[in-house]
Amino acid sequence: MGESKLDLLQGTLDLMVLQTLAAMGAQHGYGIARRIEQVSGDEVLLNQGTIYASLVRLQQRGWISAKWGTSENNRKAKFYEITRRGRKQLADDAAYWQRLAGVMGRVLAMDKQGGDR
Amino acid sequence: MIDSLRQTWQRLRAFFGKAPLDRDVDAEMASHLDFAIEENLQRGMTPEEARRQALIRFGGVMQAKEQHRETRGLPWVDVLMQDLRYSLRTLRKDRGFTLVAVLILALGIGANVAVFSVVNTILLRPLPFPQAQRLVWIAPPPQKCGLSCATYSADAYEEFKQQSHAYEDVTGYEAFTSPDNLRLTGHGEPQPVTGIEVIGNFFHVLGVEPERGRLFTMDESRGNARPVALLTYAYWKRQFAGDQTIVGESIDLNGKPVTVVGVLPESFDFGAVFSPGSKVDLFVPLNLDVERSWGNIVTMVGRMKPGVALGQAQAEANMVVPHLCWSVKYPQSCGSYAGRDGGMELRTLKDYVSGRLRRSLIVLWAAVGAILLIACVNLSNLLLARAASRSKEFAMRTALGATRGRIVRQLLIESLVLSTAGAVLGLGFAAAVVAWLAHQGSLALPLLSTLHVDGAAMGWTVLIAVTAAFLFGLMPGLRMASGQLQEALKDSGPGASSARRHERVRAVLVVSEVALACVLLVCAGLLMRSFLKVLDIDLGFQPDHAASIKVEYDDDAPTQEASALKRGAIFQQIISRVSALPGVEAAGFVDFLPLGRNRAWGTPVPKGKTFPEGALHGPLVYVVSPGYIRAMGMRLKGRDFAWSDGPKSERVVLINASAARVYWPGEDAVGRILVASGGDCRVVGVVDDIHADSVEGDPGWQIYYPITQQNPDDAQLVIRSSVAPASLAGSVLRTLRELNRNQPAAEFRPIGAIVQRANSPRQFFVLLVGCFAGLGLLLASLGIYGVISYSVTQQTKEIGIRMALGATAGRVQLGVIRRTLSLALIGIVAGGLVSLGLSRLIASLLFGTEPTDPTTFAAMTVLLALVAFVAGYLPARRASRIDPLVALRTN
Repeated sequence: MGESKLDLLQGTLDLMVLQTLAAMGAQHGYGIARRIEQVSGDEVLLNQGTIYASLVRLQQRGWISAKWGTSENNRKAKFYEITRRGRKQLADDAAYWQRLAGVMGRVLAMDKQGGDR
Repeated sequence: MIDSLRQTWQRLRAFFGKAPLDRDVDAEMASHLDFAIEENLQRGMTPEEARRQALIRFGGVMQAKEQHRETRGLPWVDVLMQDLRYSLRTLRKDRGFTLVAVLILALGIGANVAVFSVVNTILLRPLPFPQAQRLVWIAPPPQKCGLSCATYSADAYEEFKQQSHAYEDVTGYEAFTSPDNLRLTGHGEPQPVTGIEVIGNFFHVLGVEPERGRLFTMDESRGNARPVALLTYAYWKRQFAGDQTIVGESIDLNGKPVTVVGVLPESFDFGAVFSPGSKVDLFVPLNLDVERSWGNIVTMVGRMKPGVALGQAQAEANMVVPHLCWSVKYPQSCGSYAGRDGGMELRTLKDYVSGRLRRSLIVLWAAVGAILLIACVNLSNLLLARAASRSKEFAMRTALGATRGRIVRQLLIESLVLSTAGAVLGLGFAAAVVAWLAHQGSLALPLLSTLHVDGAAMGWTVLIAVTAAFLFGLMPGLRMASGQLQEALKDSGPGASSARRHERVRAVLVVSEVALACVLLVCAGLLMRSFLKVLDIDLGFQPDHAASIKVEYDDDAPTQEASALKRGAIFQQIISRVSALPGVEAAGFVDFLPLGRNRAWGTPVPKGKTFPEGALHGPLVYVVSPGYIRAMGMRLKGRDFAWSDGPKSERVVLINASAARVYWPGEDAVGRILVASGGDCRVVGVVDDIHADSVEGDPGWQIYYPITQQNPDDAQLVIRSSVAPASLAGSVLRTLRELNRNQPAAEFRPIGAIVQRANSPRQFFVLLVGCFAGLGLLLASLGIYGVISYSVTQQTKEIGIRMALGATAGRVQLGVIRRTLSLALIGIVAGGLVSLGLSRLIASLLFGTEPTDPTTFAAMTVLLALVAFVAGYLPARRASRIDPLVALRTN
């Protein structure tokens, strides 16, 4: 398999799904999964099926809504849409991630001499 | 927060609506795959390859669905339900085991819940009054002169109430009321009625609200208040058929019209709190002004102000008591209460009502807890026996991937199912026992009528059911789950080593069971022996073949002397008529029966002698007619009173032996002069001590005056008969009616019943502890039988071989019995040692029995050994009848 793919951290998939829906508008499960794969440059290890557990969790929390509809190629599919509360949650989570990523970046960047900075 | 609440709600919905959600997710995943296949086809894959790639990218469809379900629903509940269904199925398959287990648990849990209800009612729950913790019982410390020294005068009551600031209010009631003290006329035959005189504010202080009408007012306790009465709910229902218009009506009590001002609520039971084992029909106000001259009559109850502690109230009482006067008219009587051993002892009403039962109840609670423990040990044993036959099942489950935790959980759920079934059955059993107990009116235990299985009892049931399930389920569960996989899976069943290990555990369990049963038996034995000793007490009178009935008489006359003469004539006539009835051997009158209410009048002193201060106290006073001493079966030295001891002749008294020994030590008291009740009295006889105040206590001192020289409070006709007293009830009442139309249909009470009532609390505890010990014995013997019987079954082949090699049946039998007895003996020795330590704790409950009473210890251990022998003998006999041929052929 060559270089191994990134394991998804707990909770990151939910955030990816929220962000995808916020960026793309209403979308079905397959669309979301494909989009995440494309954006990540196929670097994350994602069984597409796992997205459905994430979708039902987000739905139960009221951050996304779902209804059956028809796709552009006339196929029946369940479409998900981010809710207002979902957007707020996304903003919070994204800010958190960026802070964490920043801190992690700084921590990992420090060299031996700079340890006491 | 809201989001997670919302999620929980959605999960619950998903849990209960699986099918539509499953269909939905199936459709969604199918559409997902369709999208993927379409895209792959567009990339130029063959249809098969497109589908294959789509499935690979998706991951496992089943796993995804499972994950979906776990995320949206309540997975642990799903697993639980699965385990539960499986448990029910296994238990249904093994009906015999389930039945025995549930029955054992039902007995154990039922007994626990019933006892908890009693303990909760009497000991734990507050009294059935609002803010009951603020109610205080105000009385002098216990003394030898009975109720007269446990009460206060009307003047003392009023001064105490006025000078104390710790109380919202202080009230009291007349302590000297005997059953059937009033007579209701105008409703057919005259009816006996029990009425208590209470101070006007009595119900206000307790916080009792009337069901109908109103309560008494303080004015009704004074001067020439209009006579009024409050009916108890039960009496209103019984006597007046719940008449809606009763309030404001007039009823005739003792020939005088009395207005009913109200009906008390059903929940108020005076007897249950203040006088266990007796019933009260109505209340009338105690007239403080009339009673002022009567001396100590009031029993005081106070309600402390909020925030006042008992210690503060006691400190205040210590200040107030020296200023109390027996009667304000006699300044020399002021301060007399302080002289009585510190004067006043405050206790919470709750402590007064149930304090002395605390230890008995705790012992009972412990005993019933031991029963539950024995039941759990027994079940552990049964489960272990089952484990042997199920080890293959669990080995298989382990092999198929079940974790150890999952198997233990499965077994615990089985235990919980068993204990739940046992708890439900036990609760029904407890409810029946409790309902029966609540209607035992003759049992002199407080608050018994308020007994019921309440929320707390339900909670207790759940608690002990769960605890029991863990107690008996965990150990077998852990052992089963740790069984060696290979050994169990082998076709030959459990290997020898694991079987032996099982057996060792079971032996330990049986030994502990026997030890527990031994402790129970010894405690029950000690209590039983104490009870027998109590029954054996020489009361100083013969309760058998004697009965009493309250007699109405009218001795109204202008002077004391005329009244005494009139009374003497009436009593003499009644006694001669009743004595003439066939079967009557003796008859006589007394005003207070023994073991009931009592009183003392001052302190008599032998003429011409001086005693150090405090050496003498007031003896209990009884006013009796000639013939009473014989009718009660008392022993007399000297002569009985005679009808000729009239108001004008020399004043005479009888005293009891204990008093005589102190008055004239080493001399004969008969013929001496005692200065008593304000004059010289000649002691004409000495009566053997009688247990006048209590069966178990010290007899104390008694003095007897003739009814023709002293005014009795009451008249109880005591009859000694050669036939069963009950058979005389009709003819005696008829005779009394012929002599006096107004004689009510009073109860004809056997004297034995009075003694029995006094003994009833002890009897109650002995009976219960005895029952529990019996139950413990039964369970322990079942345990022994189970283990021995099982080991015989396991060793069938071995025994067969030994017999084929020449072992005789007797030898095989002996071997099994020896094993049984050795198990039992270890248990008995352990149990005996524990009992030696524990029996000291119940020493205060014993009577005339040492906590280390060797007879009891010997008898109980022998009993236990005998039962163990029988339990082992049955399997031993089976072992000796094993046919070597059959045993060796069948595996």
